[in-house]
Amino acid sequence: MSDITKQSLSELIKNIKDKKLSSTEVIKAFVERSEKSKKLNAYVTEDFSAAIDKAKKFDENPNLDLKLPGIPIAVKDLFCTKNVKTTAGSKILNNFIPTYESTVTQNIWNEGAILLGKLNCDEFAMGSSNETSFYGCVQNPIDKDLVPGGSSGGSSSAVAAQLTPITIGTDTGGSIRQPASFTGIVGLKPTYGSCSRYGIVAFASSLDQAGPMAQNVRDCALLHEVISSYDEKDSTSIDFKRNNYVKELTNNIKGKKIGIPKEYRVDAMPKEIEDLWKKGIDYVKECGAEIIDISLPHTNYALPTYYIVAPAEASSNLARYDGVKYGFRADGENLIDMYEKTRSEGFGAEVQRRIMIGTYVLSSGYYDAYYLKAQKVRKLIKNDFDEAYKKVDAILTPSTPSSAFKIGEKTNDPVSMYLNDIFTVPVNLAGLPGISIPAGHDAKGYPLGLQIIGKAFDEQNLLNIAYAMEEKIDFKNKITDWWIK
Amino acid sequence: MIVCDIFNYHMSIDLKTIKHISKLSRISVDEKKAEKLAGDLNSIFEFIEKLNELKTDNVQPLTSVAETTLKLRDDEVKSKNLRDQIIKNSPQENEDYFVVPKVIE
Repeated sequence: MSDITKQSLSELIKNIKDKKLSSTEVIKAFVERSEKSKKLNAYVTEDFSAAIDKAKKFDENPNLDLKLPGIPIAVKDLFCTKNVKTTAGSKILNNFIPTYESTVTQNIWNEGAILLGKLNCDEFAMGSSNETSFYGCVQNPIDKDLVPGGSSGGSSSAVAAQLTPITIGTDTGGSIRQPASFTGIVGLKPTYGSCSRYGIVAFASSLDQAGPMAQNVRDCALLHEVISSYDEKDSTSIDFKRNNYVKELTNNIKGKKIGIPKEYRVDAMPKEIEDLWKKGIDYVKECGAEIIDISLPHTNYALPTYYIVAPAEASSNLARYDGVKYGFRADGENLIDMYEKTRSEGFGAEVQRRIMIGTYVLSSGYYDAYYLKAQKVRKLIKNDFDEAYKKVDAILTPSTPSSAFKIGEKTNDPVSMYLNDIFTVPVNLAGLPGISIPAGHDAKGYPLGLQIIGKAFDEQNLLNIAYAMEEKIDFKNKITDWWIK
Repeated sequence: MIVCDIFNYHMSIDLKTIKHISKLSRISVDEKKAEKLAGDLNSIFEFIEKLNELKTDNVQPLTSVAETTLKLRDDEVKSKNLRDQIIKNSPQENEDYFVVPKVIE
């Protein structure tokens, strides 16, 4: 079979279960394509030979009852993987080899999947273009010198370029949905508390969530089913009954009420995004769902709130990088000098900027004016959604205010970079699930995504709406393999 | 795109403040970096000041979206003999200890 890497996860699983393909054949195909795709810079660490060994071992005595039997997967380099280097895209962790495994990746290995390697990301997941990574920019397979989005940019690039059939990312303010939208793939940010944060390098703990990224909604549902679990090692993990997301997947969304928030019609939104949104509305109507106009009045305050809450939490979380217990250490004349030089040389510019913002808003005399204020506005934003969900089952919006931009285009203006996350950030602040599905192309031929936002713990409904829309949209990603000679 | 309104009140972050934050953050900054940071932080705070439009006196702050009470567990040791694992990634160690520059004269 020559086109192994073109197959979806569901097809690969079927072929392995039907013994038409061995795990070794599948792993080798993805390794080979990954080897030819170094120009994309999607990987930080490759674990190819170990992957082939594991596949051979799997094939000796294959357990075909598992959900991901012998399936290859590369994961974002923010997940700690036992004995495999984990950098979080930072110089400060350039020699860090975890002695433990994150719960989410452990869940994946328990179902028979095999690690291909670790994927590039913005440093400590702080970025919207993958340009803050210490390990260099990632190329978007859609076009040369185009960002793949961020922070899960290596992940989105790798799935779109078929270097891995599926992947996992993390989403603090849009880091799964925005890159999924920029590369024409599906990305789900689950409800806060559904996937364990244990073993994920922390950025902003009240917002961080791991989630699946895949070529289509069904594959996304399957991976979500595998990674979502209650975990006592994460005190914010929530013990609720998880669905059999794939088994219960249906395109019947008749009678569902879909809200359209007027505040998401932002000034200067490109016409093609507006048109895409209208098209999305038509599709859900065709599926028998009902459209209801709603208001989320505090939408415009979400980004400023986020840029207090996230840096504040980051500045606390990143205090652990002191050059003593693990990671990079710079020489210093004394202990304080060593700390200051380690952190100055070990962190990149964006991470330092956010630590500084966070330190400032938490510092004596400013806490009430900034941090407490932001927590109060966060409550108002959550209340908006609670009100809306009295009338609707889900909300439909664009995923991003634009398609992918060029590398270097926004690096000198942090605020314009932050505006990328305008439609995704409110979802994290309210702890809700959101999914981005590819829905069309702009005039340049770059993919555009639509976002569906669900009620807390209602991933099934969210996936069903996405599944029904996907069928109507019939999106085809335009991948030309321009990076392969 | 969202454009921030102009406020009567806007905090300006000067170089002295940057030096203070850098000390609190344990990140050394030289003059050039301090100036760049001051510029960036001022534009970000200008953006953040938008929150002052909202009256929030009677709003309860949201501290956690997960509305559950923390679970209690028995206070017992579950993992043992992790010393080697813990020390393994240390930039400098001496058998059982992390080594740092001299602290006491």
